[in-house]
Amino acid sequence: MFNLNKEAKLAYTMLIPTISIVFLIILFPIFGNFWLSFKEVKLGDLRAPQPIIKEKLKTKDIEPGDDILIEYRFKNSSQKKPIFNIEITDKISKFISPVEIAEGCSVNNNLLSCYFEEWKPKYNEKIIFKFKANDNFEIDNFNPKESKPRGAADADNILTNLKFSLKNFQKILQKNETIENIKVTFLYSFFATIGALLLGISAALLLEKNFLGKGFFRGLFLFPFVSPVIAVAFTWVYILDPFKGFLNNYLLNNEFISEPIFFLGLKKVDFLGFDFPFTLFIVILFESWRYFPLAFLFILARLQAIPKDLYEASDIDGATRIQQFFYITLPQLLGVISLLFILRFIWNFNKFEDIFLLTGGNAGTRTLTVQVYDEAFALSNMGTASSVAVLIFILLAIFVFIHQKIAPKDIEE
Amino acid sequence: MTNNIYQFFFIYLYSIITLFLLAVIGDFVSISIFLSKNIFIYKNIFLYCFLYAVCFFAIRIIITNQVSNIFIFIISLALSYFLLINKEINAYQLLIIISVFIVFNLLLQKYFTAKNFSNFLFEVSFLKFLKTNSLIFFSFIIIFPFYLMFVSSLKSQMVLLQNPTDLSIPFFYSISDFFSSYIAVITQYNFLNFALNSTIVSFVTVFVSLFFSIPGAYAVARLRFAGRSKISSSILIIYMVPAIVLVIPLYVIFSQLGFRNSLFSLMIVYPATTIPVALYMLQGYFKGIPYELEESALIDGCSRVGVILRITLPLSVPAILSVSLYVFMIAWNEFLFAFMFLDNQEYFTIPRGLYTQLDDQEVPRQYLMAGSVMITVPVLLLFFIFERYLVGGLTAGSVKG
Repeated sequence: MFNLNKEAKLAYTMLIPTISIVFLIILFPIFGNFWLSFKEVKLGDLRAPQPIIKEKLKTKDIEPGDDILIEYRFKNSSQKKPIFNIEITDKISKFISPVEIAEGCSVNNNLLSCYFEEWKPKYNEKIIFKFKANDNFEIDNFNPKESKPRGAADADNILTNLKFSLKNFQKILQKNETIENIKVTFLYSFFATIGALLLGISAALLLEKNFLGKGFFRGLFLFPFVSPVIAVAFTWVYILDPFKGFLNNYLLNNEFISEPIFFLGLKKVDFLGFDFPFTLFIVILFESWRYFPLAFLFILARLQAIPKDLYEASDIDGATRIQQFFYITLPQLLGVISLLFILRFIWNFNKFEDIFLLTGGNAGTRTLTVQVYDEAFALSNMGTASSVAVLIFILLAIFVFIHQKIAPKDIEE
Repeated sequence: MTNNIYQFFFIYLYSIITLFLLAVIGDFVSISIFLSKNIFIYKNIFLYCFLYAVCFFAIRIIITNQVSNIFIFIISLALSYFLLINKEINAYQLLIIISVFIVFNLLLQKYFTAKNFSNFLFEVSFLKFLKTNSLIFFSFIIIFPFYLMFVSSLKSQMVLLQNPTDLSIPFFYSISDFFSSYIAVITQYNFLNFALNSTIVSFVTVFVSLFFSIPGAYAVARLRFAGRSKISSSILIIYMVPAIVLVIPLYVIFSQLGFRNSLFSLMIVYPATTIPVALYMLQGYFKGIPYELEESALIDGCSRVGVILRITLPLSVPAILSVSLYVFMIAWNEFLFAFMFLDNQEYFTIPRGLYTQLDDQEVPRQYLMAGSVMITVPVLLLFFIFERYLVGGLTAGSVKG
């Protein structure tokens, strides 16, 4: 019993670093995201209101004994919120002593300190402080801005107060765009997953048998997946560029088309009477291209684990290759394919960079993740951004729940 | 009779796809090597292939033995001549097309001249042909973007604008012209600084996540404690938390704490996102190490920590290597957090720097491509050197992407 306890203790000690960093950087922010989604926080609110103090020397040509005027400018940085209990400290030159200073201020050991109870929003005032140059005044060493004035104040912080509202959710749900974005996100995740899986299965079947150069092809097929997304996305954008791009120029030179196609800027194309989301289709192609290697690797590993005698037996029974594929290979792969489907679906659902770099969310490709970014940084509204993120999180929780239900118990396989 | 129709369509289809692919590749090869601007006219391809199929079929009916190979050769030559006098392809393309046609036809002959041209054989030969063409297709769609990225980075602005379909490597440039875009990116756009930042962040991420995940993985894999199964199943769930859900609150929190715009912010976020993956990959590997080894050391009086340091770690070098590479790759490629957190040029990582500095209509495309090459090359190099480990790691860890 004692041993077990010791072992458990050791296990907890070994896990503490991991658990604490995961808690701090993953679980706590998820909680923070929910918290923010119930608050009307703008990007500008992140900077807490604070006192701004500037000093300026008003007197020139100072001789010992002269009066020195220093103008202090006090300002509340916020346009909307008052700040309280303002404390200001400023080191002043040792060559001067105070004559007339503002109410609430005092000088001790060359340290000017002030206290104010409240500054209203937009508070902005210039106060002139009068000092006298001491007898030992040395013009060369005199520096009125000996130190930067420091100010500290209390303010009602919207991030930490306990006022909550549902307005963010109201706002995003009232937008027609949100429903459209959910639709786009689903279409994108679903078809990009299907595309990646189809390409992955074909690639795996190609490399199923051993042949010379198999290792080379296996390495090559992983290229799109291991390369930085920014490099491949830029290359695709460049290839698809309507004017400078390779593809359009190639098609034009061959007279396949008479004018350039805006591959990444065509929201809808009339295709046999219905609106075909063209750019979304291109983005889905990109995703399939970029992520098929993952499906390829998994399926290849599973393919090579299928017992060979299944094929031998079916050969004797006279099954053709295509029959073998549909009656032996595919059923054997079904487990890994369904697992890959749900994993890829979730990861595509979470994807931000790919679409953002390809289209910036334009031309009918704005997914929920891009909407989060737009709400936060284009519309400067952190509150609505987090509420969209909450929406993503809830949808995802549903998928993960499904995943937990259908995934085989030991995934290590 | 039906078999003959099958055959005819098969040959027809076969020729179209093969010729099409060959012409495309021939185009690229000839353009890139010989700087010819002659481009194959694809519109006539169906006609050629029909002609080809008719001839092939006729010969197959007349002669069903090996002699027909000679006729295939003659037909190919005739077809080529026909193409050549139309001046639609150039000699090099022709050469490539003829040679590959012959090779393919010899292959095809092998199947057609078998005793019974049954459905089965038809299927096998069809699959063979599909397989070869698919390999060409896959290699093409993968290599082409990377090749274009590389070639464009070597061109001058003028060449790029004048002839965007020119895929040749400009061998005739002098060395300084050859790498002028790279030099410009490094000198004008502060690229070395970005590379330094990326390197620092990536290495720190690797060390921190290994430091955290090795003991964690060992505990999950080997030690018995309450909540073990909960922890190992929640690793995978954490793994599915979208970065975009984390990025807004982290942005807010880091802004408040005042270290948002720094490399430090990335150095804590990256390990946090990679630790679950690393832990998951490592614990799978640790479980595979025979427990008897550790047990005997424990009986001999070695402490747990001693066992980990002396037995488990030396045995799991390949796994640790693959995890480190994988984590390094994630950190090196990461864009979202770098994009959101960093404002100050001084701290930009390469992806962040590329996005802000070079993704601009004003900046010549070849600079952008040169930057892209420079961020891709280290990753691909690492990948090629350690491919064996990485592939194992990627499959074992059901890696996130």
